[in-house]
Amino acid sequence: MGIEERIPDSIILTTLDKMVNWARRRSMWPLGFGLACCAIEMMATFASHFDLARYGMEVMRPSPRQADLMIVAGRVSMKMVPVIKTLYEQMPNPKWVLSMGACASCGGVFNNYAILQGIDRIIPVDIYVPGCPPRPEQLMDGILKLFEKVQKESLKDKREEWGRKTG
Amino acid sequence: MEEQLRGFIKARFGEAMVREEEFRGEQSFHIKPEALIEICQAFLDDNDLQVRFLSDITAVDWLGHERADEGRFEVIYNLYSLTHAYRFFVKVHLPADHPRIASLCDLWPGADWMEREVYDLFGIEFEGHPCLEKILTPDDLVGHPLRKDFPLTYEQPQFTWNKDQPPEVVR
Amino acid sequence: MPEKKTVTLNMGPQHPSTHGVLRVLVELDGERVVKATPVIGYLHTGIEKTMESKLYHKALPCTDRMDYLAPMSNNLGYCLAVEKLMDVEVPEKVQWARVCLAELTRIKSHLVWLGTHSIDLGAMSMLLYTFRERESIIDVYEACGGQRMMTSYIRIGGLAHDLPVDFDKKVRRVIKQVNNGLVDYENLLTNNEIFINRTRNVAVISAEDAIAWSLSGPMLRGSGVKHDLRKANPYSGYENFDFEIALGKNGDAYDRYLLRLKEIRQSLRIINQALEGMPEGPYRAHVPGVVLPPKEDVLYKMESMIFHFKIITEGFKAPVGSVYQAIESPKGELGFLITGDGSNKPRRVRVRPPSFINLASLPRLVEGGMFADVVCAIGSIDIVLGEVDR
Repeated sequence: MGIEERIPDSIILTTLDKMVNWARRRSMWPLGFGLACCAIEMMATFASHFDLARYGMEVMRPSPRQADLMIVAGRVSMKMVPVIKTLYEQMPNPKWVLSMGACASCGGVFNNYAILQGIDRIIPVDIYVPGCPPRPEQLMDGILKLFEKVQKESLKDKREEWGRKTG
Repeated sequence: MEEQLRGFIKARFGEAMVREEEFRGEQSFHIKPEALIEICQAFLDDNDLQVRFLSDITAVDWLGHERADEGRFEVIYNLYSLTHAYRFFVKVHLPADHPRIASLCDLWPGADWMEREVYDLFGIEFEGHPCLEKILTPDDLVGHPLRKDFPLTYEQPQFTWNKDQPPEVVR
Repeated sequence: MPEKKTVTLNMGPQHPSTHGVLRVLVELDGERVVKATPVIGYLHTGIEKTMESKLYHKALPCTDRMDYLAPMSNNLGYCLAVEKLMDVEVPEKVQWARVCLAELTRIKSHLVWLGTHSIDLGAMSMLLYTFRERESIIDVYEACGGQRMMTSYIRIGGLAHDLPVDFDKKVRRVIKQVNNGLVDYENLLTNNEIFINRTRNVAVISAEDAIAWSLSGPMLRGSGVKHDLRKANPYSGYENFDFEIALGKNGDAYDRYLLRLKEIRQSLRIINQALEGMPEGPYRAHVPGVVLPPKEDVLYKMESMIFHFKIITEGFKAPVGSVYQAIESPKGELGFLITGDGSNKPRRVRVRPPSFINLASLPRLVEGGMFADVVCAIGSIDIVLGEVDR
């Protein structure tokens, strides 16, 4: 899925790159995946005081098939690990992952038998936002840095990356 | 209410009561495990005491402490009377191997999940429970986490000098 | 005649309406629910075991993260239990400040409940309205404790720091905003025909069943049982305040909605009384060896510095025995059973979670009803998965 699979191999198209990345970052839809306390701050970021819809994240899609960005907000318990992997695999390319909070990034306050010490053990993460829970301004800063990262992406690299995964 | 309770239990279940304890204003009765269902049924039937609310069921692991001489596991039943607004505890001591006790699910349907949790975290079996299964821990976790011989299992934090090594898990 | 079969539907852990990671396996016969089995444990954090491996003072921040919608209530319950264990009496100003903060927490929790319950039933704008009021309460939290949610402001023996200078002004602003907000919510929902149709006679539980299933909080009071721990076994000075207990009649979801709105109003009444009569005095008890000395003293007095050092590194030794302290949290009876064993770490910290025990009655509430009412029932129980799974 995506324009990468339609362009021929080993060709770099700079203006097409810029246009596609601009379109992708201007309307990235997050997956509604709040687990614990960080989910409440994520909801507060989407509410009217720290409105996130002005950056294009208009709706939070409940289904992973319709989402671009997975914001893992909250602590990930060992029972939840297969669920997260299934959700990540269901999301169509291009997809990004933002790890929100200390518990999702590295296990956080809880260093014990029940909590996965960081979701980068199981899925690739693009941006880490620290905090316990991060302030809405911090989460918005993280999302804007993700947008900068998306703007710098090149279609050729992404195509090779996806080819390696599926092929 | 304190005197009433003491009199009630001494009169009807004198030989089942091991001892009575009072700590920081709270009254608890240590009883023998066999008498549990009888005592709870008597509480539900009695109209003066009106003890109808089972607030909580939990357990304590006394491994390595001198209190473990009475029995390694102590199951604590937290009972409350709504009309008198009085709370008291019924405690039972169970041995270390194969701890089991009768289930209160027939008397109070709310005891269902509380007993499942005690089974999951401590390994105490409740006889007569309709469906005694794990409720909180994942299915592939073997063992009972809240026992004192199950370690906390933490990982050493990553510094620059060990960042290329796999994470060291301390059991 | 073909045999009638049922369909098992999985309302999975990732679902917009399950308020966190709750999984409900629903067996359906057409639209009627035959059996509903909640599966929990997707957020199990081992908080109780973590608290048992830390000193009493250091285990306090773990309590914030259980019921994360009402963090100061959890702090309050834990501190009251430890103070009972160590026989510590707190000054009057601390008691009044704690009551004021606990009631602000109750309003905050009920506002989030109202927003999420309404968005489940289809009234999507309510979430935005209630989160607007929540922002003013979070402003008070930030002024007190420095953090928006997990402040850990209520400490063993008192408060973390003294109340901020503009506490009075900020709390009065909260009262004004919440009062205006309540007018909005009443206009939008209370006489709204769609809302009444979706919540009247849905998820009904009778008073005898509520007591048998050990329900507490608004679930119990919605069925007509007049039981509130703030009146029955008062703690932290609640006997000095004048307020009413909200009661429902039928035990359905609509009664619980009206009951929670009334609780918000009574909380505003208590906060007004607390602000009027807030006494002066120290913000921490003086019990050397158990309660941390105030930071101003630590920097200037020798004994305070030594006690601070000893308490932080070694902690205090608790007597052998169990204490239980229950408070009326927004979700129900939140209790802490702490067992000391003579050493500086607790032997057992048991949290009696109201959401866990209330959620156990979900099969009783929805079986025999329609499938669309499952979402309403889950919302009306008011669960927080952090507390259910701990």
